Amino acid sequence: MIRIPCPFCGTRDHSEFAYGGDGAIIYPDLDAPMQDWHDAVFQRENICGRQVETWQHVNGCRMWLLVERDTMTHEIYSVRPAHPDMAQALEVTA
Amino acid sequence: MTRFSAWNVFWNGVTGQKGWSRQWRDPEPKPRYDVVIIGGGLHGLATAYYLAKNHGIRNIAVLEKGWIGGGNAGRNTTIVRSNYTQPGNREFYENSLNLWEELSHELNYNVMFSQRSHITLLHSPGAVDATARNYNTMRLTGNADVEIWSLEQLQEAVPHLNYGADARFPIMGAAVHKRAGTARHDAVIWGYARAADQLGVDIIQNCEVTAILRDGDKVTAIETSRGKITTDKVGLAVAGNSSRLWNMAGMRHLPIESHKLQAFVSEPLKPLLDQVVVFGMGGAHFYISQSDKGGMVFGGDLDWYKSYAQKGNLPIVQDVAEAAMSVMPCLGRVRLLRHWSGVVDMSMDGSHFICKTPVDNLYLNAGWNYGGFKATPASGTYFADLIANDRPDKVIANHDLKRFERGLQLDERGAGPDPKLHG
Repeated sequence: MIRIPCPFCGTRDHSEFAYGGDGAIIYPDLDAPMQDWHDAVFQRENICGRQVETWQHVNGCRMWLLVERDTMTHEIYSVRPAHPDMAQALEVTA
Repeated sequence: MTRFSAWNVFWNGVTGQKGWSRQWRDPEPKPRYDVVIIGGGLHGLATAYYLAKNHGIRNIAVLEKGWIGGGNAGRNTTIVRSNYTQPGNREFYENSLNLWEELSHELNYNVMFSQRSHITLLHSPGAVDATARNYNTMRLTGNADVEIWSLEQLQEAVPHLNYGADARFPIMGAAVHKRAGTARHDAVIWGYARAADQLGVDIIQNCEVTAILRDGDKVTAIETSRGKITTDKVGLAVAGNSSRLWNMAGMRHLPIESHKLQAFVSEPLKPLLDQVVVFGMGGAHFYISQSDKGGMVFGGDLDWYKSYAQKGNLPIVQDVAEAAMSVMPCLGRVRLLRHWSGVVDMSMDGSHFICKTPVDNLYLNAGWNYGGFKATPASGTYFADLIANDRPDKVIANHDLKRFERGLQLDERGAGPDPKLHG
């Protein structure tokens, strides 16, 4: 079991989370050339080692997170909100 | 090399088993080969075998980082089937199944291929209709041995599934693929290694590739832990680690993510299950068969996050055990003997790649998802043909890296471009 320190809920088992995918992908503008969209949707660096990836805390705060994790050892180096502005806005509303 | 035959088994039986020699040589790598295949798994060895046999290329090396049979060749659940619907995939897997049917004779090695049929359980009218549509497609396109069974037919053939009215997912019927079955995976890889070696292929174990040297658009040599090897052509057959070798060859992206898939085997039991049974419903996924030794061999979903570690996580063990109990409650007291995990190439559409690459003399065999074992003979045949003739056969014309640019996805499940969903 991987333990993920959620910035909102604290450290939880990975079974509370859903894996998204490669967190380094920046999606292009809607009117960007087809090749840019092809690369963003279909091409992956598939790093063996430290990579940034997205996880959603589906059975917790439901926030999307950016997790820096080693894909060989599964060690987690950092976790931060994927949308810090949204997190802040939610906290203010609450 | 002693040929296996009834006479030789008998003769060695009465002469103290002294007439057998080792199954393949352990040669030192030569400084130059016509073709180097990186990866001594099922696909790499099959490719070397068919290159030698079908195309007369004998100066071949297969480089293996570990030992023959230590990777995914020995980590799969040994299921062979051809019930695919997408153009290209269905011809490919049907050809593969045809090759499986003759494989023991072809290799002079008993791969224990057992066509015990593959039964997919259906749990809703929608699933019956969708599967009937798929199976009709298969029947119309040449794979005539698939059929839909009623609940009564299924109960007669497989009496000890959970048919109770209180089952979480009551069974309504089944989709059956009769020529499908299982083979002994160790025998398959040993058989290919032995047969390739007999044709002069050098199988070099404990030989890790450390660099792929290029001069412009050509690979010139391979640096390995056992020295430098120059070669005319290089084939990559390292599913699970394709991206790492791709990087070594100086390229960055592939439409692949590496995930790990677990498999399980129980203590040996007396004959219990005479088919391959598959259950997939409501997010659960489970497939089971019984080996000739009696062990129940089964598996389920991926571990759900990208990984290169050959070790499985415990939540999936729990999921698979729950699925096992819901399908075959009689397994409840059976003890687990071993479980393990292998790293698989999960591709963006769930289909594989056998293709040329941007590097002229580098060829790629990758992206096998859950399906690498059953593909072995066809994968070797078509990859050897591609390497020898430098052009893809029409069956694999769309199994290239450019298909997504053409708007084509060979997506059997319709799951979309998310590698982990193509299980």
